[in-house]
Amino acid sequence: MWFLQINRKYLKQFDWYMLSLLLAISIIGVMTIYSATRPVITTVQPNYYIKQMVWMLLGLAALLAAAIYDYSWLRNSAYLLYSMGLVMLVLVLFAGRRGMGAQRWLELGPVSFQPSELFRILLIIGISKYLSTIKGALTKWPFFISLMLFGLLPFVLILKQPHLGTGLVLLSTFFFLVIAKKIEKKILVTLIVVTLVVPTVAGKLVWRHLKDYQKNRIVAFIEPEADPKGIGYQIEQSKIAIGSGQVLGRGYLKGTQGPLRFLPEKHTDFIYCVFAEEWGFVGSAAIVALYLLLFLRGISTALKSKDEFGRYLALGLTFMLFLYFFINMGMVLGMMPVVGVPIPFMSYGGTTLVTNYIAIGILINIRMRRLALCY
Amino acid sequence: MNKEYFERYLSLTLFVVILVFFILAMRIYQLQILKGSDYRDAANSNKIRVITLPAARGIIYDRNNVPLVRNQAYYYASLMPETKNIDTAGLAALLKVDERKLIAKLKKGVSHRFKAIVLKDGLTFKDVAVIEARRSDFPGLMVEPNLTRRYMFNSIGSHVIGYLGRMTAKQMQSPDYDNITPETFVGQWAAEEFYDKVLRGAAGEKIIEVDALGRQLKLIGQTKPQMGNDVTLSIDIGLQEAAEKAFNGKTGALVAVNVRNGEVLALVSLPTFDPNDFVMGIETDKWNAMNKDKRHPLLNRALQSSYPPGSVFKPVVAIAALEEGIIDEYSSTQCNGVLEYGKHSFGCWKSHGSVSFHRAIVESCDVFFYEIGRKLGIERIEKYARLFGLGKSTGIGLRRGVDEKDGVMPSTRRKRRPSKKQWFLGETLNAAIGQGFVSVTPAQVAQMTAMIANEGIIMPITLLKDGNIDNPRKKLDIRPETFDAVKSALHGVVNEAGGTGKEARSNIVQISGKTGTAQVIAGRLKSEEQKQRYRDHAWFIAYAPSAKPEIAVAVIVEHGGHGGSVAAPIAKEVIEAYLQGKAGN
Repeated sequence: MWFLQINRKYLKQFDWYMLSLLLAISIIGVMTIYSATRPVITTVQPNYYIKQMVWMLLGLAALLAAAIYDYSWLRNSAYLLYSMGLVMLVLVLFAGRRGMGAQRWLELGPVSFQPSELFRILLIIGISKYLSTIKGALTKWPFFISLMLFGLLPFVLILKQPHLGTGLVLLSTFFFLVIAKKIEKKILVTLIVVTLVVPTVAGKLVWRHLKDYQKNRIVAFIEPEADPKGIGYQIEQSKIAIGSGQVLGRGYLKGTQGPLRFLPEKHTDFIYCVFAEEWGFVGSAAIVALYLLLFLRGISTALKSKDEFGRYLALGLTFMLFLYFFINMGMVLGMMPVVGVPIPFMSYGGTTLVTNYIAIGILINIRMRRLALCY
Repeated sequence: MNKEYFERYLSLTLFVVILVFFILAMRIYQLQILKGSDYRDAANSNKIRVITLPAARGIIYDRNNVPLVRNQAYYYASLMPETKNIDTAGLAALLKVDERKLIAKLKKGVSHRFKAIVLKDGLTFKDVAVIEARRSDFPGLMVEPNLTRRYMFNSIGSHVIGYLGRMTAKQMQSPDYDNITPETFVGQWAAEEFYDKVLRGAAGEKIIEVDALGRQLKLIGQTKPQMGNDVTLSIDIGLQEAAEKAFNGKTGALVAVNVRNGEVLALVSLPTFDPNDFVMGIETDKWNAMNKDKRHPLLNRALQSSYPPGSVFKPVVAIAALEEGIIDEYSSTQCNGVLEYGKHSFGCWKSHGSVSFHRAIVESCDVFFYEIGRKLGIERIEKYARLFGLGKSTGIGLRRGVDEKDGVMPSTRRKRRPSKKQWFLGETLNAAIGQGFVSVTPAQVAQMTAMIANEGIIMPITLLKDGNIDNPRKKLDIRPETFDAVKSALHGVVNEAGGTGKEARSNIVQISGKTGTAQVIAGRLKSEEQKQRYRDHAWFIAYAPSAKPEIAVAVIVEHGGHGGSVAAPIAKEVIEAYLQGKAGN
């Protein structure tokens, strides 16, 4: 039985540390979802937390699947996977179900899922493959091609849905990986100049394509006093919830801002506030530490990877997860605009959770096989 | 491959990540520890109120689109739950409520902290003005609107329309009433209850931040209420009113059906009640009076009471006999006023002499029916009764609040006796004239009458306009000659000399019908009081116009005595009112 042999060989190398961090954060997430969705008017506990647990189990299965087979198959079929991802994105534009004023969902029988979620991983696989096939630093043309194929094309498709948060995360991940590969100084300088100019000039162009709620969020951040539609209020309430946790918190299921009627997305984007109110500084700092350990593990995996493809893949996945975490934390702590990005592993949301589990599965895979060459 | 560059890049990344975490940790430290107590205060003084925005209930219309109900706004006074040190005596005086009850309400609190405690319902505009003027003396006191029902025709049709009320304990447990806030009124009787899901719509809610006086500072969010859907009933409120008046204070029930489509045009149960009394919670003395009333105004006699059909059962037995070949329309028998059978003698109400099939129905001769009943046997009587829908609830669609009765259609299999005694033939004879164990509801009898009038089209009666439009039309397998013979006799009952239903004879339309007298108890009665209490129920069934029937009516007057004299005029009045209404439209 060949796969049993493989299993035995790699079982020792399996990254239990990473899995434990992931499970710890996820379980805290489910507990917090339960608390956040406690009923205030009716007596019926909404079943969000049960759904999330089911998604967790599905995510674990996906994680194992992503970890078991040598990730070289991802490299071999990288472009095929990436093309499929692009096709899915285009399909969503035409056949997607509209949810929450945006077109991000694709119906697959009884399950509906957000292709842009799974696409995140496929994109990083595609970029990693491309970068690993190039020798030396990126010159003008390879850079231009990759910018078009892996940077702007998916960004435009995702922005059209519209999903600004994911679009920005993916574009940033692209640049992050390209620089990790090393590019010519000329291009780097141009890139920095463009990065500084684009937000001001092209910002106006983008502005027109933003949905009202996205505009409001940015306006509310830049000018909270203006507060056209009470969006700044959300940030204020988020800060109140976190701050009122003080040192030790109010205690589990005792958060008063918890079943926040203030925050419409209490169990998704603002789940951290609910946790911070109930567990105080001790809990908030502890969970942030768990995230830090998880990201450090990801970076170390990138460092130890046996090949160049694995290196970019590990770094890209870690960076993407980090960006989500960072944007979400910046938002709930009132340091950044409300971009509507969930916090990985904690926020309620099936597709996102499963996708993030797959990302961790791939990281475990890469780490497991880091010593493969020595056998 | 430039591993050295990559490692330097990773070191830089590591540095940035750690820096970011350091900044985040500092920010959390700042929020939770440095400013923690400020935010805790802010959280505790976050005064959030969830105000239910009542959904307008769908309107119930009669078949001519006359609205039978109206949504009516009223106001209620409530107090924010976090209000402290309230002057209860002053507040009780302002609201004109008992102070002790008020304190009890405040102590009991609310289901959750964002909802205000309702102190007084049903405020008038004057009350509202007085309270508003003094609101600043009572911080946290608020006045909010809610919607209730006004029943435009008061007691008329109340057994069909029903009424609203607060959710009962049982309803609160039921999944049908999920997501309904406790202050919402839901249907408690008849159409209001049966179609509650259709009518109710969905309440919205408004989440606001308020100041210490309970004034709105900020709208945090709101969902708009969604109006419920309308329901159009099959009843004609004008005819309903005429029918209720025709009873002239008597106790009883009436069901009038459109023969062509089974739609119920009027459904009367008397005495009745005014649904407006129930909406805001009925006053105790009114409730007690209603419960003590021996005539049970809350009972829907058309559906919930079953009576022996008496002679109105005879058309069905006659159809059975003709179809089974026991007799033909020329058969006759000798009636000496009594039929001796075994040790028992079965009486007829008079000695008819030689009676033909036709005259036996016209004059309602019992002996004739004893004879054919004996030959038919109870099984075949039961079979035909069931074909005409007797002994089974009609499923008319008011069954949740108003438990519709099945009645009893006896057979040898299901003799209703505690001991499983055998079926006696004598009991078959009683059943053949609609007495004994047979018992049916007025609604079933109306349905049966309509089926005779339309010559066997199977048509469940309905209380919804166009309620039968999707039902496939099926017909009973009964010969047209059979219906001809029976319908000719029913015409004779009203229009021939000696017919028992001559009181229903009308100058404006040819009516066919059948009288019935349902014995309450057998045997002779001594006192006058007993005579009244156990007087027979009077039945009359009718349809008109005889040649091309449009409307079928079943009437029962409790303890009315003979059907011909008491119930027949009521049926006639309703039929005439129906035709006049039609002409008027």
